[in-house]
Amino acid sequence: MTPVQRPLSPHLGIYKPQLTTVLSITHRATGIALSVGAVFLVWWLVALAYGPQSFAVPRAFFQSWIGVVFLLGWTFSLFFHLCNGIRHLFWDAGKGFDLKTTYASGWTVVAASVVLTAALWVFALGKGGF
Amino acid sequence: MAEFTLPANSKVGTGTTYKAPAGAKRVKSFKIYRWSPDDGQNPHLDTYEIDLDQCGPMVLDALIKIKNEVDTTLTFRRSCREGICGSCSMNIDGTNTLACLKSIDECKGDVKIYPLPHMPVIKDLVPDLTQIYAQYHSVKPWLETDTTPPPDSERSQSVAEREKLDGLWECILCFCCTTSCPSYWWSGERYLGPAVLLQAYRWIADSRDEKTGERLDALEDPFRLYRCHTIMNCTKTCPKGLNPAKAIAEIKKLMVERR
Repeated sequence: MTPVQRPLSPHLGIYKPQLTTVLSITHRATGIALSVGAVFLVWWLVALAYGPQSFAVPRAFFQSWIGVVFLLGWTFSLFFHLCNGIRHLFWDAGKGFDLKTTYASGWTVVAASVVLTAALWVFALGKGGF
Repeated sequence: MAEFTLPANSKVGTGTTYKAPAGAKRVKSFKIYRWSPDDGQNPHLDTYEIDLDQCGPMVLDALIKIKNEVDTTLTFRRSCREGICGSCSMNIDGTNTLACLKSIDECKGDVKIYPLPHMPVIKDLVPDLTQIYAQYHSVKPWLETDTTPPPDSERSQSVAEREKLDGLWECILCFCCTTSCPSYWWSGERYLGPAVLLQAYRWIADSRDEKTGERLDALEDPFRLYRCHTIMNCTKTCPKGLNPAKAIAEIKKLMVERR
């Protein structure tokens, strides 16, 4: 008798997206984005240290539309990861685990990271851009 | 390692549609995952149209009606039909719950029913729980002591000590939480999952148990405990309204406090 090859029941494809899961995976994705962003930050700093000629390269990149999209992504990632990180600190202390609080804190993180990102860009553009 | 897609033998096809009887006024479609070990076919979704005027209010009522009147081969676990046995746990309308506690009216549109996610399927809606039961056994879910109990009475507990077990003892081991956890999906062979960890904490928190240290030692492992990333799907889906994520956090706190 050959052993039965049992199928694996569906998982990711059928589970309804939950705020809990979506924020968790976003936390991870923004963490990865920030790590990549750190490499670009080093590039920017090293080029700056080498003088105006070498600095022109990252400067041109961050003024291009793709550079602006990256910057927008990184600023949002920074604020989301920061706010959700604070949420995680409360959880690590054993607080805020009931569902009502979890959902309230989750939506607060979403709202706060959007508002902070918008505020930073309004401030930066108000200073004359980059 | 996380595999986000289903293996070739697990991809779900479309199946048969069983029409509602003529003259039915309130018709609802139930799309149900079917797989039989006997025919060598892939799983598929069968559609059963049910006249709600001739059916009880809960999803389990519909499943029993289908089995009794439409298709006797439909296979699922059920027993108490009142949320205390934990047998009829399955994925209904996208989240895990007990079929007996889920009202049909809560489901918008067609009612989609799958077995508990990311589990080997024995038949239709019956998942193989062997691994989860082995993991449950591994946390020694019984009272462990060094001392002998008083000769003329039970081991007593104060009211406050007993209250620490509230929210833990009510778990009926339906494993809705464990199978809703993406971390358990990707690392289930080594991560114990929310249900088993809640049970582990139920004995850690018991004032009569004398092996708290050993219990914590057994959990101090990058996978068994620390694959919990506080995603919170467990608490969201628990049909008994318990909080496995909180229980896991309490274990993590104890790990830090005893350093």
